[in-house]
Parts: sequence; C-alpha cells; structure tokens
Amino acid sequence: MSTGNMNLTLKIWRQKNTKAKGGLVDYKLSEISPDMSFLEMFDVLNEQLISKGDEPVVFDHDCREGICGACSMYIDGRPHGPKDGITTCQLHMRSFKDGDTIVVEPWRAKAFPVIKDLTVDRSAFDRVIAAGGFISVNTGNAQDANNLPIPKVQADSAFEAAACIGCGACVATCKNASAMLFVSAKISQLAQLPQGQPERYRRVQSMVAQMDAEGFGNCTNTGACEAECPKGISLENIARMNRDFYSAKFVSEEDI
Amino acid sequence: MASFGNAFSSSIGKKLIMGITGLFLISFLLVHCFINALIYVNDGGLTFNMGAHFMGTNWLIRAMEIVLFAGLLAHIIQGFRLVFQNQAARPVKYAVTNGAANSKWYSRSMGLLGTLLLIFLIVHINKFWVMSRFTGIPTTDANGNHDLFAVMVETFKDPLLVVLYVLAMVSLAYHLLHGFSSAFQTLGWNHKKYTPIIKSLGIWYSIIISLLFASMPIAMYLGLIK
Repeated sequence: MSTGNMNLTLKIWRQKNTKAKGGLVDYKLSEISPDMSFLEMFDVLNEQLISKGDEPVVFDHDCREGICGACSMYIDGRPHGPKDGITTCQLHMRSFKDGDTIVVEPWRAKAFPVIKDLTVDRSAFDRVIAAGGFISVNTGNAQDANNLPIPKVQADSAFEAAACIGCGACVATCKNASAMLFVSAKISQLAQLPQGQPERYRRVQSMVAQMDAEGFGNCTNTGACEAECPKGISLENIARMNRDFYSAKFVSEEDI
Repeated sequence: MASFGNAFSSSIGKKLIMGITGLFLISFLLVHCFINALIYVNDGGLTFNMGAHFMGTNWLIRAMEIVLFAGLLAHIIQGFRLVFQNQAARPVKYAVTNGAANSKWYSRSMGLLGTLLLIFLIVHINKFWVMSRFTGIPTTDANGNHDLFAVMVETFKDPLLVVLYVLAMVSLAYHLLHGFSSAFQTLGWNHKKYTPIIKSLGIWYSIIISLLFASMPIAMYLGLIK
C-alpha cells in the first residue's frame, strides 16, 4: 500500500512491559504517501516489521475518526503531533516533510504507566469518573424534556465540557502531568445542568480526591492543556471546578 | 463534626495557598514601590526618609510586617513543595518536548524565577531590612529621621549590586506576568467580562512595577538622584 514518495526516519519508544526499561529505536520508512494518516503510516511500519519477523509496535487506536481518544502518541514533543485541535488519527503525513526524523513517545505520567511500547494505562481516568462523574436517577420512563428548562448558554457550555474524549493529551502535555482539565471537564458537564445539582458538591470533592490519589501533578495554569486539547476544552472549566471545590470545602456544612 | 478536611492539602488547596499569598505579595509590592518612589522627589531623601520612618514606626505596619514574612514564607515553602511534587508526577521524562508550541516559557519557569527572586531577597533583606530594624542606620537627616536614603546612595555605588537588582527585577517582571492572572484563575475568578481586564491589568502591573523598581538603583548609580 506504499504509494508515496516520502522517506522518513522514525524514533519510536519501545518497551516490553511496564517494568522493563525502554528506549528509542530508529526505523527507516520509504515510499510513504503524504495522504496517509499518521496511524496508517504506523500500519505500514508494522506490516514491514511482521514480515521481517520482528515485534510490531504496540499503539492504541480505535475509531480512527477523532472521537474515541485512544490514539495516544507524543509526536515531536507534542501530544497528537504538530497540528492543533486533532487527534493522532486525524494527523496526515502531509504535515511532515520528506526526509524528516519524527520522534514518537508514549504519554508520560506517573498515573499513566506504560503497558507496552506506545500504549499506556489510562484507567486512572476511569477511576476518577467512577468516584463521582455520574448522576443518580431512578429508572423508568424518561420525563418530558420540557420539564427541565435549561438556558441555551448553559446547555452549550455543558456540551462543550462534555466534548472531552478522555484522551489524556492534557496530562501528557502538562509540565506537571496534571489532570485538572480532564477532571474539570467531567465535573463541568454535570455542574451546569439541573440533573447534576443534587450531587454537585459531593462530586467535586470525591473526584478531586481520586485525582490526587492517582498521582497526577498540581496545575500551575500554564494553559498548555487547553492549547493541546483536541476538543478545545477551556480553562474556564478548571476555574469552575476550583469554585465548586471551595464552595464544598468552605461553605458547605456537610463533611465528605 | 464538620471540618475543612483536606481542603488545603488537596491539589486545589495547594494552588489556593499559592494564589492568596501571591496576591498578598502583589499588594505589598505596590506599597513598597510607592514608598521607594519617594526618592524621585529628589530632595536629598527627606521625603523618602519620612516614609521609611512611618513604615518603621507605625504599629499597624509593623504588625503587617509579621504577616508579610509569614505570607512570603508560605509562598516559598509551598512553591518548592509543588515543584518537587510536580516533578515526581512525571518520573520518566520525554526525550523531546516542544513547550513553546503551547505555553509561555515563563509560565513553565515559575519555580526557577521564584528561586532567583529568593536569592535576590536574601541579599536585599540583608542589605536594608536587617539594618533598618536591628543593626541600626548610622546617620540621621535634617529632619532627624534615620537616613535610609544615605544607605541607598552608598549601596548603589557598587555596579555589581545595581546589575543584581536590575536582573532580579527582570525575574520579577516575568514571575508576575504569569503569577498575576494565574492567581485569579486559581481563585476561580475566570469570567468572560473580567478575565480580559485582569489579564491586561496583570501585564501593565508587572511591567510598570518592575521598571520602577529597576530604575531606582540605576538612577542612583548614575547620580540622577542626590
């Protein structure tokens, strides 16, 4: 399927398992099409490795249309590569030049241990969600949507927060490996809707506590997360999370 | 029984301490800069010495001095703790990082800039504050006030110290350039109407306060103020 004319050198992080010591390994690739996606380029590499009897490079990918957030690759010092507002699967080889050397590393954070090669364990995010990123509702018929009037601005803002796909680019790019953009998005999507109110202040406390327990770093407001987020999640969510957290800790009389 | 629980030891609580102490230090700088700027009255330091006398004798100011040192200490200790904790959150570093693509260098260097400021502060406090409060200022001016101005004139005859002060004010400018608006974000004060105002206020504050402070040793060294 190699039909192009790009020649590339890849420096890819190879690591056998979580405990093993990893390192960057050089691979030469030729006849790469500029119209390939970055992941298709990896498919070409892996086919070549398999036909030579080598271990293919393990990397996460699923939908390949920018909505699942699986494709965690730290490319040339940026999560999801040099383009803004996209995931790795939406990155095409035309964003690189013939003869380029491309460095590909896994997400790096204490809370995201490497499983193998470029695949990291992001279940820390799942545990943060499980700690409070839900609403409790009775089963049965859904009530009429018009029973819950929500101002358009509020609905839009909640929806923007809900666009988070949990890819972890915010953690990967943050110099402190902080997960605050992710956690604040998950808090904000519920904090702005009526259904999220009953558990609002319990939620912020338990999710922040879980985030801290997972070993993510502390936010220093560099704004790198917002700039690298493929879904454009805003720093406003972090401010909202901070406000809710202060309300819960300093205003509420309830202990959690 | 209701308690504050882990409010201050949580990641958000630690930020809150940095933000509040930071804003407090920002308000202190304003007072400090105003009193110092009295040297520009250019009356041989008479007005400045009067200001220094007030700051040294008013009981409210003296009480606030203790709060100031406590706030400064909290800011420094918490800052160092955060630096080490944040480094520990990424035990294996990247081979290649392109931080310039998504953030300002000074926002990523607050620990370094703060450390430079700490080194400066040790020299600065040792030069002026210790003398004002403990070892005593040798001379008095025409009004009978301690002549802190004369100490300033003497100190800034040393070009090395002038360079140290100017470099420290460059660090201060960049530290504030991130710190000012960052403190408001940490407090949760992010608002479509106010945040742009806070951001530009922060830029103006950082530049003006640092320029004013830096201009003083330069003006004294060049003999523009006598």
